[in-house]
Amino acid sequence: MDPHLLKKLNAERAARRAVALVTDLGDGRDRIVHEADQVAGALGEALAKAFRSGKSTTVEAEGRTFFINVHVPPARLVVIGAVHISQALAPMAKVAGYDIEIIDPRTAFATPDRFPDVTLHADWPQDVLGKQPLDSYTAVAALTHDPKIDDPALEVALRADCFYIGALGSRKTHGRRVERLTAAGFTQQQIERIHAPIGLDIGAANPAEIAVAVLAQVIGAMRSRGLERAVGDEAA
Amino acid sequence: MTVQEPDSPSVLDETRDPLMIAEAWMRDGRDVAIATVVETWGSAPRPIGSHLVIDAEGNFHGSVSGGCVEGAVIAEAVDVIDNGKPRMLEFGVADETAWQVGLSCGGKIKVFVERLG
Repeated sequence: MDPHLLKKLNAERAARRAVALVTDLGDGRDRIVHEADQVAGALGEALAKAFRSGKSTTVEAEGRTFFINVHVPPARLVVIGAVHISQALAPMAKVAGYDIEIIDPRTAFATPDRFPDVTLHADWPQDVLGKQPLDSYTAVAALTHDPKIDDPALEVALRADCFYIGALGSRKTHGRRVERLTAAGFTQQQIERIHAPIGLDIGAANPAEIAVAVLAQVIGAMRSRGLERAVGDEAA
Repeated sequence: MTVQEPDSPSVLDETRDPLMIAEAWMRDGRDVAIATVVETWGSAPRPIGSHLVIDAEGNFHGSVSGGCVEGAVIAEAVDVIDNGKPRMLEFGVADETAWQVGLSCGGKIKVFVERLG
């Protein structure tokens, strides 16, 4: 492997950018491919699949054998609101391999006692997210029900092109949210990226079940990145 | 205010990530080989893409199996560092060396070993 390539690969990984190291197993030559790069043919198809699934693979293309080692940043889930749903969502998300953090400026809610072993920020979303920017491998679930807290986070998430954005609230609540975001200058196309009401429609009847619906929707969004049709249906 | 901040897997752990270690070793002027699991069959202990990095003295970090074949990979890697030619290694229960360095889990793996630089 070219030492410069290894340096570049490590820098991309540290910066949370999805990259693949493609090695020709015949002669050992390798190169770095970014997720947005256009690669033709069987190799391109295998690359797209590897980026989506996060699974490395060997592929035969152009009469050669290539090994695609894909490095996808660990998915992050940022939850706005240290609420009852979040208490169930935090351990579930962890089990599913998500790096979860919870943001809620209300210090009565954001206590280590209520959220053991979870990264917890008792601060405003706009302050926390200014220091730790969101990216396209981050999901944001706004669960406070309070526009003062949820809206700033949703705005940052829309601008950062998060792979999933969900917001708790009834259709009526969401209607008012759409009005506010429109007034803030977001387009209809941008606003439609918000999953609201949040979660897959599984008839969730309590906070823990809503947490399941939210996590399932997040996973569906992660695994269908770049596909035209989303995995599963919206609205719950 | 951050109330709590446990180990965050979203940040690369420079003391445990094999590719970060390989880069650090290279910076120190050490000769390095990188071994990568490129194919698996059956129950393999480490997924495709896993790395073991080795230096010329046989120091290593990471893993390509649950410890079953690392010794053999390290020996081959020292050769690869010497002559610079990448090598493909296969391990499995069908291997004639199974009793010494096979995978007790019954799986099969292919490991690509290349020199850094």
